[in-house]
Amino acid sequence: MQVLQYLINGVSIGSVYAIIALGYTMVYGIAKMLNFAHGDVIMVGAYISFCVTNYMGLPAIVSILAAMVVCTVLGILIEKLAYKPLRGTSSLAVLITAIGVSYFLQNAAQLIWGTAPKSFTSIVTFKPFSFADGALVITGEVIITIAVSILVMVGLTLFTGKTRMGKAMRAVSEDRDAAQLMGINVNQTISMTFAIGSALAAIAGVLLCSTVPTLQPTTGSMPGIRAFTAAVIGGIGSIPGAMLGGILLGIIETFSKKYISTEFSDAIVFAVLILILLVKPTGLLGKQVQEKV
Amino acid sequence: MKKFFALMMAAMMVVAMFAGCGNAEADAGTIKIGMTGPLTGGAAVYGTAVEAGMKIAVEEINAAAGEDGLKIEFKSQDDEHDAEKALNAYNTLKDWGMQFFAGAVTTAPCLSIAPSAVEDQIFMMTPSGSSEKIANSGSNIFQMCFTDPNQGANAAVLVSEKNLGTNIGIIYDSSDDYSKGLMQGFKDKAAELGLNIVCETSFTNANSSDLSTQVTQCKDEGCDFVFLPFYATEAAQVLTYANKIGYEPTFFGCDGMDGVLTSDGFNTDLAEGLILMTPFNPDAPETQDFVAKYQAMMNDVVPNQFAADGYDVIYAIYDACVATGIDGATPAADACAKLEEYFATYSFDGLTGTGMTWDASGMISKIPAAVIIENGKYVAF
Amino acid sequence: MKKLLSNKTTRTNTITYLVVTIAFLVMQILSSLGMLGSATKGYLVPLCAYIVMAVSLNLLVGVCGELSLGHAGFMGIGAFTGIVVAAVLKNVIAGDVLRLIIAMFAGGIMAGCFGFLIGIPALRLRGDYLAIVTLAFGEILKNVIGNLYIGLDSEGLQVAFSAGSVELLEGGKMLLDGPVGATGIEKISSFPMGFVLILFTLFVVLNLINSKEGRAIKAVRDNRIAAESVGINVTAFRMKAFVVSAFLAGMAGVLFGLNISSLQASKFNFNTSINILVFVVLGGMGNILGSVISATVLYILPEAMRGLDDLRMILYAVVLIIVMLCTWSPGVKNFMDRIRTSIRAKLRKNGKEAVNNE
Repeated sequence: MQVLQYLINGVSIGSVYAIIALGYTMVYGIAKMLNFAHGDVIMVGAYISFCVTNYMGLPAIVSILAAMVVCTVLGILIEKLAYKPLRGTSSLAVLITAIGVSYFLQNAAQLIWGTAPKSFTSIVTFKPFSFADGALVITGEVIITIAVSILVMVGLTLFTGKTRMGKAMRAVSEDRDAAQLMGINVNQTISMTFAIGSALAAIAGVLLCSTVPTLQPTTGSMPGIRAFTAAVIGGIGSIPGAMLGGILLGIIETFSKKYISTEFSDAIVFAVLILILLVKPTGLLGKQVQEKV
Repeated sequence: MKKFFALMMAAMMVVAMFAGCGNAEADAGTIKIGMTGPLTGGAAVYGTAVEAGMKIAVEEINAAAGEDGLKIEFKSQDDEHDAEKALNAYNTLKDWGMQFFAGAVTTAPCLSIAPSAVEDQIFMMTPSGSSEKIANSGSNIFQMCFTDPNQGANAAVLVSEKNLGTNIGIIYDSSDDYSKGLMQGFKDKAAELGLNIVCETSFTNANSSDLSTQVTQCKDEGCDFVFLPFYATEAAQVLTYANKIGYEPTFFGCDGMDGVLTSDGFNTDLAEGLILMTPFNPDAPETQDFVAKYQAMMNDVVPNQFAADGYDVIYAIYDACVATGIDGATPAADACAKLEEYFATYSFDGLTGTGMTWDASGMISKIPAAVIIENGKYVAF
Repeated sequence: MKKLLSNKTTRTNTITYLVVTIAFLVMQILSSLGMLGSATKGYLVPLCAYIVMAVSLNLLVGVCGELSLGHAGFMGIGAFTGIVVAAVLKNVIAGDVLRLIIAMFAGGIMAGCFGFLIGIPALRLRGDYLAIVTLAFGEILKNVIGNLYIGLDSEGLQVAFSAGSVELLEGGKMLLDGPVGATGIEKISSFPMGFVLILFTLFVVLNLINSKEGRAIKAVRDNRIAAESVGINVTAFRMKAFVVSAFLAGMAGVLFGLNISSLQASKFNFNTSINILVFVVLGGMGNILGSVISATVLYILPEAMRGLDDLRMILYAVVLIIVMLCTWSPGVKNFMDRIRTSIRAKLRKNGKEAVNNE
């Protein structure tokens, strides 16, 4: 029973990583860039949701929608102003710009919302499920987070597989030049990717802060790195991979804290990452790309 | 592009150099107090609180000083909670002509600045750097808060005296010296007093975003009392998660946890029955004036003990200056020697306690106070 | 043609050495004249360490084309090794300079060994996967050092992973105290030693780049498959660059660590690695002088902006983004080129007219 409880805790934090990783992987797969500002977009989403519920007194669902709208606009703006001018140059240049954007968002959030942490009120209102006289507890957040991340995963898979826009995205991801020759508007497609990725970030922000209630300007950075790790474990660019990687990372983290050492759990998590990459150099579900000569 | 860079570099160099040369004239009527603290980044909440508390004290003093009284010129610098940046910030203040150093806020920056302050013979009093190593760095380094092991020991004594629990659990932050110092002090004293510690578990700042495992561990071990020597941010997480899984032991925190009630949006029901050791009570009548001023300055945020410590540091230094006849023209080293002597017999009353005294190493002695949260308010425990 | 090319590299290298030396002399003279504030004097040694970090990372990122996100980890290994070595040798070797040099080599060698160990798995991977493995190693090292306890007493060194296990005799001292890190470090670094370390680094890196091996490394960067097909042992060269880079980062760490009285493992986190990467990318990939200059500018920029208070870090971010866009964006580049050509054309026209008028 005890093991089961830790497993559930692991899945709980893992599904939060998973939903952040989905955004990472989506942007990486199509725009081919590591968007290190993704974690900070999550933070902005959580702040927007917090303000809408706590200061305007509107229901949670409205706050999520508001956060999604703001983050989508923010994502498109960032892409247009900071990333698009660098398209076609070194991917490192874009990486550094993304870091600049990340610094900017964190400091802007501090100026707007102050340094004092906010206590995020969970959007989940129903009571936790308790089994075996409280020896096993499943909180509402776990159920909602897992449900939402599965929903998002399926939605994204269908979107990229079936719709016109989604197919265009896959084409751009495979070969940007060829896609352009086929009449696909590459810029528009990439903007669309950022819009979707940022809307997902807003949802992730709300779910992250429902699970871990402290909200401050640096809230997004550590889960951001964890989620990036998760995306790599699963195979960056792969949508089911992000989901798998996130859950796996959460479980490894929780179990190493419980059964090995709380002090060395970071080291253990990253050591597992390295082991996985040694066995599968492109992650668990990543595609092995044949290099052309 | 290379030219652009070269030009930019030249410009930067010039700026940096002149920034260093701006030694202002010393004005006898104004003493210069400098402060460093994390004003940006993850620890910014503590730095900005101390800074605001100090600014309030400075405003009060300058308003009361009138035309001819001794005034204070105050300057704060960001150290980003980083030992290296802290030294840069301190040097910047030195170039400005600082006579007294009222920092740093967090321990690591304090430890990196202290040897320089000893070398320069600048009087240093940290509002909230709580490691014993700080005061031990030199005879001119003073602390306004308890040292960690002392506070941990005080907590254990309180637990034993009031019989707060039989199965004791500890969750601490193993990557944080504050938390570790408290835990060690608590554990040592608990062993001496025969308290029964059944569960000891930790987290690090890199994995503090999920504390469910640690709370579950305490629950599994049947702890009816859990000692939480860390900051409000993580405490809110522990309380929230414990509530979710229906776990209700007595939670006990330290001064770093002050502010847990007032964080924006926090459901204060969760903290009901929480006991914490804090020298500052924002609900007490004697602190209301300060609380009102702080809220006016900081967008209605309720001050915590960091702000109050900052406020006290400024008053302690200022009152001592007035008593020893130090003014703005006194060189920093002379002022330092005078204050060092004066602090040996000094008894100071402030927001965080009355009759505070300092020992030869610069550590403070004041009465430890604890509060319990009842109906969302601090009540003396 | 060949001669011309080699002349050009020699020229660039000479300029690099000259710029660094002149900058050092100017600062030394200003310092001896008492014209530098304490703040500026305080920047000098850390700046030297960051310049070495940037140059060594440039060898990896710019010259070899391997993205590393954990370079600060090597700096950390070097720093803590150096601190321990310097403390152990305190009673053995009297001269601070000699002690610093020994500590630097010890730190460098330790970091180099770790570089080798990490290189074995890491160099089997490519691109962003290599990047994440270096990030992971940086985090692991930070986590392990943050839980390492080293004490020194008359019986020698004691190393443990928990606070209680180190029991020191009377007069013993904790050199490294887990998360509290190293405190009370004796400051034996100096600006002249920092300058010497920069020269040493430039010497090692520039020679490696311009050697036969350096050309092989660049061939590997530009087209790995082509390089392999002409018989270049790709892995061996990548490993060599990786180890040298780690070695230099370790030395920089020692210089940095022995200049500050309190140092924690958390200093060498992802953010520090990223900052160094920013120096490299902004200075230009493979451009060594560029790294030196951009490390200087970007280190001093936030310090020089201290007067701006609240807006300091946000403006730093904005400046960073704008400079990146200006130096890398093809659009902006074209625009600047057009302006430059039009100015040049105008100048030429004016010049011609002037000649004609005569």
